Amino acid sequence: MKNTLYGVLGSLLSVTAFADSGAQKDQYQLNLSKGVTDISGQVYDLHMLMFYICVAIALVVFGVMFYAMYFHRKSRGAKPAHFHESVKVEIAWTVVPFIILIFMAVPAAKTLIAMEDSSKADVTVLVTGSQWKWHYKYMDRDLSYYSLLATQPEQIQNKFAKGENYLLEVDRPLVIPTGKKVRFLITSDDVIHSWWVPDFAVKKDANPGFINEAWTRVDQPGIYRGQCAELCGKDHGFMPVVVIAKDPAEYEAWVSEQEAIQRKAKEEEQKLLAMNMSMEELMSVGERVYNTSCAACHMPNGEGLPGVFPALKGSDMALNDMPAHIDIVVNGKSGTAMQAFGKQLSLKELAAVITYERNAWGNNTGDTVQAKDVNAVMNGQ
Amino acid sequence: MSTATEHAHDDHHHHMPTGIKRWIFTTNHKDIGTLYLWFAFIMFLVGGAMAMVIRAELFQPGLQIVEPNFFNQMTTVHGLIMVFGAVMPAFTGLANWLVPMMIGAPDMALPRMNNWSFWILPFAFIILLASLFMEGGGPAFGWTFYAPLSTTYSGDSTALFVFSVHIMGISSIMGAINVIVTIWNMRAPGMTWMKMPLFVWTWLITAFLLIAVMPVLAGAVTMVLTDKFFGTSFFDAAGGGDPVMFQHIFWFFGHPEVYIMILPAFGIISQIVPTFSRKKLFGYASMVYATTSIALLSFIVWAHHMFTTGMPVAAELFFMIATMLISVPTGVKVFNWVATMWRGSLTFEVPMLFALAFIVLFTIGGLSGLMLAITPVDFQYHDTYFVVAHFHYVLVSGAVFSIMAAVYYWLPKWTGKMFDVTLAKWHFWCSLISVNVLFFPMHFIGLAGMPRRIPDYALQFADFNKWISIGGFAFGLSQLIFLAVVIKACRKQGEPVSDQVWEGAEGLEWEIPSPAPYHTFETPPVVK
Repeated sequence: MKNTLYGVLGSLLSVTAFADSGAQKDQYQLNLSKGVTDISGQVYDLHMLMFYICVAIALVVFGVMFYAMYFHRKSRGAKPAHFHESVKVEIAWTVVPFIILIFMAVPAAKTLIAMEDSSKADVTVLVTGSQWKWHYKYMDRDLSYYSLLATQPEQIQNKFAKGENYLLEVDRPLVIPTGKKVRFLITSDDVIHSWWVPDFAVKKDANPGFINEAWTRVDQPGIYRGQCAELCGKDHGFMPVVVIAKDPAEYEAWVSEQEAIQRKAKEEEQKLLAMNMSMEELMSVGERVYNTSCAACHMPNGEGLPGVFPALKGSDMALNDMPAHIDIVVNGKSGTAMQAFGKQLSLKELAAVITYERNAWGNNTGDTVQAKDVNAVMNGQ
Repeated sequence: MSTATEHAHDDHHHHMPTGIKRWIFTTNHKDIGTLYLWFAFIMFLVGGAMAMVIRAELFQPGLQIVEPNFFNQMTTVHGLIMVFGAVMPAFTGLANWLVPMMIGAPDMALPRMNNWSFWILPFAFIILLASLFMEGGGPAFGWTFYAPLSTTYSGDSTALFVFSVHIMGISSIMGAINVIVTIWNMRAPGMTWMKMPLFVWTWLITAFLLIAVMPVLAGAVTMVLTDKFFGTSFFDAAGGGDPVMFQHIFWFFGHPEVYIMILPAFGIISQIVPTFSRKKLFGYASMVYATTSIALLSFIVWAHHMFTTGMPVAAELFFMIATMLISVPTGVKVFNWVATMWRGSLTFEVPMLFALAFIVLFTIGGLSGLMLAITPVDFQYHDTYFVVAHFHYVLVSGAVFSIMAAVYYWLPKWTGKMFDVTLAKWHFWCSLISVNVLFFPMHFIGLAGMPRRIPDYALQFADFNKWISIGGFAFGLSQLIFLAVVIKACRKQGEPVSDQVWEGAEGLEWEIPSPAPYHTFETPPVVK
């Protein structure tokens, strides 16, 4: 609370300091975008149809109302009429809106049925949300990875100038082929998230324990940006979605290349088991991993958020109990927001980040954790 | 319509406590109405202050004022306070003041329960607000508290949140029972169902909605409590539960709740528009039927809040069509108000100004609601600022404006003096302009793709957010003018008014003296 109050005072003083938001595209976008798929075009047309109907209704109703407000004023000498009922009129303005509704519902139902038909897909991607990142797994390929916000924290804290794609950029975008029907299987590891790419008109909730389906077919290659749309905790505003559509040949090449990279990394990992990394190397890798994977909750200074996320600085586990420390990082803690990082990070990264946590912010235990120590815990030894 | 009876001189046959004791022990419907209205106003300012924090943070991109966790607490508690602390108690306050006076009853049917249903409310909100000062802060999962964010992933303050919602629910249910019993049993002779003022009708229907759905809310928060603290798995798939079931239960409460906050507003507007049109309300019977249909339909549309959760197509189609149907009776209401004004003899006193603003702005909110009903397009609107714009148009320039209209309309009857009209007009025009600067651009940024409930946003939304924040600060400040008008009125400053107060006003409450004596209609009037 205290920090918040100081924050309020500090920022009130600096409100005028930041004013360079110009030069972005779409600064005054007023309307839904047409998007890049057949479905998103249909959705846009429906939206415009609804909009024009609503404007027409509003003009008629407000027109009559403002006419009465002007011409039937007492100050113009208007005398009140005595009518206060008319069954005919009442029936008319019940039936006419009803007909307008049918006129709206028919095209809407058609589009909806098309949107919900995810059968006969060419490519299937499993999309898993977790606090606060997306994981993509290509179901028919040997490829999966996490996709995290790539905007620097310094931009968010107003220390650096904000880039063009501020908060809408990730380290590893999802890549899909153009001209193919791509099916998304959407789920979550923790709370409910919602995977949304406006240009595809795809928004589907990621529910823990259940799998939702959605699909798209993108014709134009390009980079499409969206965000998580369901409140999912502290960093809900910081988990963007970026999708790159490539033509099928490029897509194929990209997937094969990534598969090879992931295979190679796994082989390297086996070699690591036989060697020891130096403290310097562990700490530098560890700091990078900590800031991308841990700092959102435990904060960059290791102090956590009291009452929400525990501190690592000076914690008993980080200072003393190394096996428990490795265990909680690898396997997570059920019933809390602590995720199992064993499947998210490599052995090297896990070893490095645990070492970092045991030696940063004055924790200075001098312990180093090596890949083989982590591997032992992972294999239940 | 009736014979007025004068009971202004009965006050001294009780020994009425004075000072603070008068307010704590009161069973008088007027005192309790006043307490509810002041409580609602204080909560409106507290919830408004939280909105100011939200708008200050969103004034420009980047994090400046609060950290994201506190931002989420602000959006959550702002919503809870405005719904349960400001709008609902304000309507209950108006019901307390007006229902007995409109139906010719001496008081509410259950006066001691009336006292209790008010006095537990401050405790509910003290508990809720106090939770903000706990380690880890207060509830941060949105006023809709979707599981499992509110269960496994929430802080310990959840227990306080659940307790405070329980108390609010008990208070609402008791208030609703009181309204129903009063209207059912205590109407003056001759006050048949179809002669009741529309405010009484709409509140009667609202009270039934409250009794139907507040227990559902109580059930939902209890399940959240046991999931979080006692190891149940109602909303946890790992234990055989379903997080989406939470949303079904919540919105089965939540959608009728929306109409709980707007039906009394319809009643208020239906009282005010005929007065200043000097013409009877057009289509009284159809207004009653429309209100009833809206209330009944409100039970079968809940899942339109959940189109993106992955429902079967058949369910999506059903909820889309049911939702669209609601626009028919709602349209009837708006058409009836306009027809009432048509060929009337209109004047534009302050209550009428607010009522006219209500009709226009509520209709805008209603039309964007119709757009939101269309499932395939809702996929694009859902959880964006378009939704925020929609429900603030119906709740702020709808429900809140109707409450202000009601206060200006009946305040002279309550105090016996005309309020400061110049100041009130300033309040109206400042509110009208700023509320639109505040909420209209939200449609644009929502359509352009800005999600709700985010503390920071992409640069393309920067300019509109700045305008929205400026509108927000202006709207917040404008309400201080309202505070000034009300305080002046409570100090009994101003010109004395006649019993009828407004030239075209009709109804039992305008036949008793101004100010309304402490006890009215101890002998029931006869309504012809």
